[in-house]
Amino acid sequence: MAELAARGETPEVLFWVGCAGSFDDRYKRVTRAFVKILEATGTRFAVLGTEETCTGDPARRAGNEFLFQMQAISNIQVLNGYGIRKIVTACPHCFNTIKNEYPELGGNYEVIHHSTFLQQLIDEGKIKLTDASAFKGKKITYHDSCYLGRANTIYEAPRAVLETLDADLVEMKRCRTTGLCCGAGGAQMFKDAERGNKEINIERTEEALATGANTIAVACPFCMTMMTDGVKNKEREADVKVKDLAELIAEAQGLA
Amino acid sequence: MIAQLLFILTLGVFVYLLRKRVLFIRRAIQLGKDTTVSGDRGERIRNMMLVALGQQKMFKRFIPAVLHLFIYVGFLVINLEVLEFIIDGLSGTHRIFAPYLGSFYSVLMNVFEFLAVAVLLACVFFLIRRNVLKVPRFWSAEMTKWPRLDANVILVVEIILMMAILTMNAADQVLQTRDAGYASTGTIFFSSRLMPLLTNLETPALIIIERFAWWFHIAGIFAFAIYVTYSKHLHIFMAFPNTYFAKLEPKGHINNMPVVTNEVKSMLGLADVTSPAAEPGRFGAKDINDLAWTNLMAAYACTECGRCTSECPANLTGKKLSPRKIMMDVRDRMEEVGKSMDAGGPGLNDGKSLLGDYITKEEINACTSCNACVEACPVMINPLEIILEMRRYVAMEESGSPASWNAMFQNVETNFAPWKFSPSDRFNWANEK
Repeated sequence: MAELAARGETPEVLFWVGCAGSFDDRYKRVTRAFVKILEATGTRFAVLGTEETCTGDPARRAGNEFLFQMQAISNIQVLNGYGIRKIVTACPHCFNTIKNEYPELGGNYEVIHHSTFLQQLIDEGKIKLTDASAFKGKKITYHDSCYLGRANTIYEAPRAVLETLDADLVEMKRCRTTGLCCGAGGAQMFKDAERGNKEINIERTEEALATGANTIAVACPFCMTMMTDGVKNKEREADVKVKDLAELIAEAQGLA
Repeated sequence: MIAQLLFILTLGVFVYLLRKRVLFIRRAIQLGKDTTVSGDRGERIRNMMLVALGQQKMFKRFIPAVLHLFIYVGFLVINLEVLEFIIDGLSGTHRIFAPYLGSFYSVLMNVFEFLAVAVLLACVFFLIRRNVLKVPRFWSAEMTKWPRLDANVILVVEIILMMAILTMNAADQVLQTRDAGYASTGTIFFSSRLMPLLTNLETPALIIIERFAWWFHIAGIFAFAIYVTYSKHLHIFMAFPNTYFAKLEPKGHINNMPVVTNEVKSMLGLADVTSPAAEPGRFGAKDINDLAWTNLMAAYACTECGRCTSECPANLTGKKLSPRKIMMDVRDRMEEVGKSMDAGGPGLNDGKSLLGDYITKEEINACTSCNACVEACPVMINPLEIILEMRRYVAMEESGSPASWNAMFQNVETNFAPWKFSPSDRFNWANEK
């Protein structure tokens, strides 16, 4: 972004990569897949690079409002400094925080989750799925992210994206408004679970496996980690893959 | 004449007790903090009409929704008859509306009775669901003796009240055949079937039965109305304000703390001179007076149905957290503080608090903030807001968050990411394969 600004240009959209997208080895692959799609569709985008910092979501949800606001206000200064108007992100937690919680602190942007962004690109005919037939006969189940679904009522965009693949989309028993959390929200990602009789991600993975799907589609870095761990725990990683929407679309575009 | 005096006395006692209890609840709710009720009034009214009056969210579970609808419509409609009861009671008349309404009165009586029978059957089904089929959410940990008894008392009382209506109408119809002084109600479908049981009785006995059933029904309704204010059944009234005041922002939004904004801005040298000075008080919530009054009102709107808890991922996997228990604890604490204040006791300063004596850290730490409980609640209660306010207290007043969260805080503070990575490596993904 700094380079673009130095040249006096403004991007169509800022891609907010998020901490998981920047540091988590698995989610970095999603970041790269999404960037390939952006490039292939000729979207003029920019990233903040090392100027990006945590939105503060986990701090706020764990109760540390000071730390959240330090992060939020600093980020808003950077974003406003570059005159950013539109932000896309592949993380529902970043999405929720920037969209719903930054306005009260002076950050007003059009914020779009990558599932909605991908759906728009598909609707505009900018995404050409050359290899969609590779998915023929495969079963995909979509795991709703709480921060997309209940938190922001985005249930259909991710499904619309998956329907463009030539695959069989199957639903879990608990989906959309009753979708079961992967167990990582509310800063649970950063601590061990309290004492109970089961891990939440195992409960959810069992439900996903029960659909007979060989791909579990996710749209959130934390869901990705939790579901991947669940599949490993069930020793099904050989035949069941956990993939982000962007990875599936990139594959179908022949970009992977 | 004596009956009239007795009725006035009964009504007077009822109004006195009800008023006392309403004031108690109002004071308990006013212990909460002021909160700005923002957003569109029209949207709030729409929520109240759809969700409270229209029962929209009940219909996520169809069978209980239909049974509940019978009781709900029965409650609304049969209470129209209470108007006639009160006028008759005060003026010493008998079925004062009958001569004026003529055959329409008969239609009304039939509608009331049809609903009375529907209520009766629905209550029987609900008793079976609770006590025989033992639907799990009615038997989980926080459903101790009193909440379980409360639910059964409500159902049994409703059955008895409906039976009183039927008995009264049956006796009245027999009396109509014997004494022209009894206004004609026409044939009332259900209670007329009970007439053969009463025709062998002498007229004085029938008058006693009719009067007893009348008194039993109206006094029963008064007593039940008082009971409701002590019971989870208060949702029949509180669902309305609760849906009106329910949050309109997307569920993912967490309420801002303007006090913190002022401090953070001054730390960053962005202080806005026009902003008000930080108000004293606690960060987050330790006790009920730290919560918004809307949170406290919500506790009185909870009818302990447990739909929240039955969808809570933490609860489903055996953790101690139960969103229903959070609401029950808030109400129990409000009752405790209110009773102490009435007795001239220490009230809030009794050395106890909501967090610690009622709710443990283990419970609030287990929440994934997934909003399943908020989505599930048929009257739009938000247990998540309360959980997050308590986490704020623990993090900011006690620095008592779990060690891994403190480590995460430190990472965000020093590395600008919740994990321990160098901020200079943030853009490395672009150069990796």
